[in-house]
Amino acid sequence: MPAADPLDAPAVEVDGLVMRYGDKTAVDSLSLRVPRGSVTAVLGPNGAGKTTTLETCEGYRRPQAGTVRVLGLDPVRDRRELLPRIGVMLQGGGAWSGVRAMEMLRHVAALHAHPLDPALLSERLGLGECGRTPYRRLSGGQQQRLGLALALVGRPELVFVDEPTAGMDPAVRRSVWDLLEELRGDGVTVVLTTHYMEEAERLADLVHIIDHGRLVVSGSPLELTRGGAVSTIRLVVTRPFPPGAPESLTAALGPGTEVRLLDSLSLQVTGPADASTLARVSRWCEDNAVLPESLTLGTRTLEDVFLDLTGRELTP
Amino acid sequence: MSATQRAVPAATGTFVPRPGAAPLGRQVLAQARMEARLTLRNGEQLLLAVVIPVIVLIGGVLAADRVGLDLEATPVDVFTPGVLALAVMSTAFTSLAIATGFERRYGVIKRLGTSPLPRSGLLAGKVLALLLVEVLQVAVIAAVALALGWRPVPGADGSALGAVTGSVLAVVLGTAAFASLGLFVAGVLRAEATLAAANLVYLLLMAGGAVVLPASAYGGFGEVVGWLPSGALGGAMRDALIDGQVAWPALLVLAAWTVVGTVATARTFTWE
Repeated sequence: MPAADPLDAPAVEVDGLVMRYGDKTAVDSLSLRVPRGSVTAVLGPNGAGKTTTLETCEGYRRPQAGTVRVLGLDPVRDRRELLPRIGVMLQGGGAWSGVRAMEMLRHVAALHAHPLDPALLSERLGLGECGRTPYRRLSGGQQQRLGLALALVGRPELVFVDEPTAGMDPAVRRSVWDLLEELRGDGVTVVLTTHYMEEAERLADLVHIIDHGRLVVSGSPLELTRGGAVSTIRLVVTRPFPPGAPESLTAALGPGTEVRLLDSLSLQVTGPADASTLARVSRWCEDNAVLPESLTLGTRTLEDVFLDLTGRELTP
Repeated sequence: MSATQRAVPAATGTFVPRPGAAPLGRQVLAQARMEARLTLRNGEQLLLAVVIPVIVLIGGVLAADRVGLDLEATPVDVFTPGVLALAVMSTAFTSLAIATGFERRYGVIKRLGTSPLPRSGLLAGKVLALLLVEVLQVAVIAAVALALGWRPVPGADGSALGAVTGSVLAVVLGTAAFASLGLFVAGVLRAEATLAAANLVYLLLMAGGAVVLPASAYGGFGEVVGWLPSGALGGAMRDALIDGQVAWPALLVLAAWTVVGTVATARTFTWE
């Protein structure tokens, strides 16, 4: 855990946050930390409470219970002091439909004391060609990149980016990843929400997985995926499994492995994916008159971690 | 903590933090410039702001000459103050309501909510942008009116003091009254409904609200329309620019509408 050194005080501290809309609980006693200078990913399916949590950190919403501190400040009470120090990239929208891309960027730059050069920033984000294009005619990806530029132009200490690469093509996505890594290199703390596993695995120092408004697990991608070792076996069969298949396979494999039925034709074994496990799976198929269609070895990914912890797929 | 790598910030990096808000005055000016530019770029807004008032002015003068309307002064002297009032109404009420409605819809206000610009600065920027557009409107309309033979009449003492004081107060209070009502409409209705309502109210007031024509032209109904913000603004402009007088009762009516609009807006308006 971080020492009491104020420099090591977290950039974001959420403690026991509760947010309800009507009788729906969006955030349920959530506590998490974002270390300074880190890229921290908040991962979860749609409706997990990611955006609500972020919007509470940004001062849009007042915590109904619990506390939120951002750069040591209360986002609601100390809003005026906090806002110049943070950058926020919203999930979409946020510009006049008739405003030109560069015009919008220059405008937000003018609200800050020491902004980045808008021309340089738009060049970095590949917005050079659409600088005179009205916002409504920008593609989704261009709007996203403009949103990121707007979050960065004020030279913030901390940026919140909500689904930063949603709707971008792979080449552009990689350039945004490079940029986010450069931010970390320059000492900017980055909080990002995403449901691209690849994004979190590549960028994040720390991953918080949340589901149903609760923190499920935290750790580095390496810790969470147990070093990325080969540790899953996926078995797909031609006819539905007989009743009780997961239980009988678990018994056949012995302790240290876990079997989960994914659907009527596929199941996943988690555990040491070595030759003896493979042999036992094959023998179990033979004993149970199950005809395998494919048997795949996989490394654990954050997606698997999520599935293991919640029993649900992350992406719908 | 193994999960984090504390990078040592390179002092030369592009993104090395250097946060800070611009001085508030500069922020407000930037916001006002931006909003005024967007208004003037928008064809429909420009139609509302300049084209319609100029058409009403020219059309009114030509029609009055032909029909021989019984007016207290020459047609252009009667119509010009009213058309200036119409221009104020179109900008402070209709344009503002529509623009604000769509800003809420498009999340512009939400995004600006995380910028250093405070809400009070945003409001100040809006007011400044309104005044800027109004100055341009007055310049265009006055130029057309002068070309049509408009002669603003000085007061009884021969000075222009009453005319200037009366018309400036009328424009300022009229702007305040209509802007507060416009924000109220934008705050309670969806963007499309705001668009429709703001245009409808504008048309109704232009035709029946004693803006362009004096309340006396409406017969018995004139007693009522004088209490409308449109009638009060039109009346105050005519008293100032035809008789060189400050129309205190009409200005009081505008002040009262400002209070009503502000209270209603403060109770209902949400920025998103």
